[in-house]
Amino acid sequence: MEKTILVRYGEISLKGKNRSFFEQQLIKNIKSAIRELGPYQLEQTYGRIFIHIESGNINAFLSRLKLIPGIVSISPVVVAPLDYSELEKAALKIMEQAVVKYPASFKVESKRANKKFPLKSPEISREIGGYLLNNFNNGEQNRLTVDLHRPDYTLYIEIRAKQSYLYTKITAGPGGLPVGSSGRGLLLLSGGIDSPVAGWLGMKRGMQFDAIYFHSPPYTSDRAKEKVTELARILSRYSGKINLFVNYFTEIQQAIRKNCPPPYYITIMRRMMLRIATTIARNNQHLVLLTGESIGQVASQTLESINVINQVTNLAILRPLITMDKTEIVSLAREIGTYDTSILPYADCCTIFVPENPVIRPGLAQTLQAEKDLPVEELSTKSIEKTELLSIVEN
Amino acid sequence: MKEVYLDNSATTKPLPQVIDYMTEALTTNYGNPSSLHNKGLAAEKTIKKARESIARKLGVSSAEIYFTSGGTESNNLAIKGVASHYQHRGRHLITTGIEHSAVLESFLALEEEDFEVTYLPTDRYGQLDLATLEKAIRPDTILVSLFHVNNELGTILPIAEIGRLIKGKNKNTFFHIDAIQSFGKILLTPAEWAVDLLSISAHKIHGPKGIGALFLRKGLEIKPLLLGGGQESGLRSGTENMPGIAGFIPAVEHLPDFTEEQNREAKTDQLKKYFMTELKKYYPGAVVNSPTSGAPHILSVSFPGLKGEVLVHSLASKGIYVSTGSACYSKSNEKNHVLREIKLPPSHIDGTLRFSFSSFNNQEEIDYTISVLLQQIELFF
Repeated sequence: MEKTILVRYGEISLKGKNRSFFEQQLIKNIKSAIRELGPYQLEQTYGRIFIHIESGNINAFLSRLKLIPGIVSISPVVVAPLDYSELEKAALKIMEQAVVKYPASFKVESKRANKKFPLKSPEISREIGGYLLNNFNNGEQNRLTVDLHRPDYTLYIEIRAKQSYLYTKITAGPGGLPVGSSGRGLLLLSGGIDSPVAGWLGMKRGMQFDAIYFHSPPYTSDRAKEKVTELARILSRYSGKINLFVNYFTEIQQAIRKNCPPPYYITIMRRMMLRIATTIARNNQHLVLLTGESIGQVASQTLESINVINQVTNLAILRPLITMDKTEIVSLAREIGTYDTSILPYADCCTIFVPENPVIRPGLAQTLQAEKDLPVEELSTKSIEKTELLSIVEN
Repeated sequence: MKEVYLDNSATTKPLPQVIDYMTEALTTNYGNPSSLHNKGLAAEKTIKKARESIARKLGVSSAEIYFTSGGTESNNLAIKGVASHYQHRGRHLITTGIEHSAVLESFLALEEEDFEVTYLPTDRYGQLDLATLEKAIRPDTILVSLFHVNNELGTILPIAEIGRLIKGKNKNTFFHIDAIQSFGKILLTPAEWAVDLLSISAHKIHGPKGIGALFLRKGLEIKPLLLGGGQESGLRSGTENMPGIAGFIPAVEHLPDFTEEQNREAKTDQLKKYFMTELKKYYPGAVVNSPTSGAPHILSVSFPGLKGEVLVHSLASKGIYVSTGSACYSKSNEKNHVLREIKLPPSHIDGTLRFSFSSFNNQEEIDYTISVLLQQIELFF
C-alpha cells in the first residue's frame, strides 16, 4: 500500500555550513544503492528525504536503505492530500494493514507543520483516533483500544505544506555519516569475519575505502581469493565501487621461512603486510589504514605484537574492532551480510608458515634481530609490482 | 597452457559424441516420453536404446535397468529402498567404513530409523577380510552393500567370491554394489556374481553429469524415494532426463568389453604403473596407498610432510588437475574418512594426492606431470 519511504538523517543535519555537502553525498549514495531496484522520484525537504517508488517492491528498497550510513531511520509512508476526510481514509487503510493481531491497543501522534491545516495536532489525534475506534469496533467486541502510554501500534500523522504523511513503522538505520564524507582509507581485508566488519564501521563514519588482500598461491587457493572478492562486493553495496588490491605475497612467505626464526614468522609477516599496505596507501592517496584487529584475539593481536607491528608505518592505523568481543563482531557481520561468506571453509594453507610456538609478546629489538636477514625493501617492491587491481562494484 | 587432466575419479571429460547426442535431445528430439504423439515416441526410443546399451554392457536384461539422477541417487535408492521394503525380515545391514559418503550417509540415516548397521573394518589397502564379513552375516541381515572399486584408493573387492559367500550364508540377504568407479574400468558381470543391485553413473565414463542408473535384479522389489507420474516402472518418478539419457548411450558404447583374461582397462593400467615407477624413481619418499593390484585408473600417493592442497593448487597453476585427500584446514575429525579409516598417519593424510587416469591420457602427460610435480615441490616446500 505504501509507495513512499521517508528517510531521516540526524547527525549530518547538524553540521553547519557543511550540511549541504553531507546531504548531497548521502543522496548520491542512496541513488547508487537503489539504482537497479526500479524507477522512483527522490524529494528532499526540510532535513528529510522522500523516495516515491513508481514501481518495484518497497521491501527491497527498505532493506537497502536501512544499511546506508548517514540514515538514522526510515518509514514506509502513505501520502494523503491535505483534506481531513482523505486523512480518515488513509488512516483506516494503514491501520488495517499494520495490525496483525487483535485485540490491539494504539495511539495517534500528530504533528502539524503546516499551520494552515484547520485542525490542531491534538484535535487531529483525537478525531482520527475516534474515527478508527468507530470503524474497527462494533460495540459487542472491541478489537481496538486506546493506550497512550504503551500502545501496540502508534499511528503517526504529519501535516506538511503540500501533503500529509501517515506511517506506523520506524526502522532504525545505521546512523553515522555518509560514505565519502570523511576521506579515504585502505582496508586490510582477509577472508575472515573481522576485517569486513572493520570496513563497515569505517564506512559508518563516512570513510571511503579501498581494500588490500594478501594472496599466496599456491598456499592460498583461488577460491579464497574469490571469497575476498565477494566480501568486497558485499561491502561495495554500501559504499559504491571498491578497488581491491590483490598483493602477491607468496615470495615473502617463503623468504621469511628461509631467513627468520620460526617464532617470529607471524610478527614479521604482519610487519611486511603493513609495509606493503603503507606504500600502496601512499601511492593511492589513502590517508589511513584500517584493520580488523581486536586485542588478544590471536597471538599477533596482543598489545606487544600490535606495538612491534605498528613500528613499520607512520600512517594512522584505525582499528574499529579493537575492544570488541568476537560475539559482538559476529553479530555485526551477520547484520551487514558478510558472515555467511566469511565462514566459507576455504581456509588458506598458510598453516605451513605457522610455527608451533609463535612469540606472543615480541619485543622490538628481538624482532629487528629476527628480521635482519630479510631483504625487506627488495621483497616489498617486487610484491607491489605483482599486485593485481580489481575494481569491485555490486552488479 | 598445456592441460593434463588427472582427476578422472572426480569426473571425466565428455566424449564429443556425448555432446552430439545431447544436443539432438535438446534441439530436435526434445519430446516427453510420456506424450502420446510421435515426439514422445521418439524420446521413448532413445530411452529404450540407452537401457539396452547399459544392459548389454552389464550382461543383464534391459528391464532391470532404471535411470536415476546419478550415483548418489542410485546408492540412496538401493540402500534405503531395500531397507524399507524388507524391514519385516530383519533390520540388520552390513557395509564397510570406507564407502563413498552417498553410501555411508544412507546407512547413518537408517541407523536413525533403528536399523542396525555393521561397518566392516578394512586393512591398510582398503581390503576386506572375508571371514569377518561371513561372521557378520546373520539371519536378520537383509542387505550387504559394498564398493566394487574404492574411489580414494582404487582397491578392488572380490565381488564374485563375496556374492557366493553372502548367498551361502544367508540366501535372503540382498547384495548391492557401488560400481560407480568400476563400470567400464574392470570386468563387471553382476548377474554371474549374485549381485542384486548395482549403482553406476554416466559422468565417470565420459558421459554427462546428472544421469545414472540402478540395476535391480528382476523380481526384487524396493521402495522408491520419489513418487509422482510413475516413470521408470514407478521406481523413479519424474520426467526423464532425456539429454542425460541420450548422452549416456555413446559413453556406454565406447566402453571396452572385458573378459576373465582381459579384465581391466589395459592402457590406463599401464599408465598408472608407469606413473608409479617414475614417481618412485624421482621421489623415493612418496608412499603409495593404493594396492598394486588395484583399479587401473586410481593412484593414491602420500607425500609425507607436504600439504596436498598446496600441491593441488601449484599443479593447477601449471594446468595439471588432480585431487587431494584432505584440505589444509581440516581438523583430524574432518580429514578424509577413507584415509583415516585405513589408519594413514595424519601427516600422510595431509600430504595425499589422488591421481586418476583415463584412456585419453598418455605417457607424455605423465612425464610432464612428474617433472612439474618435482619442480613445484622444490619451489614451495
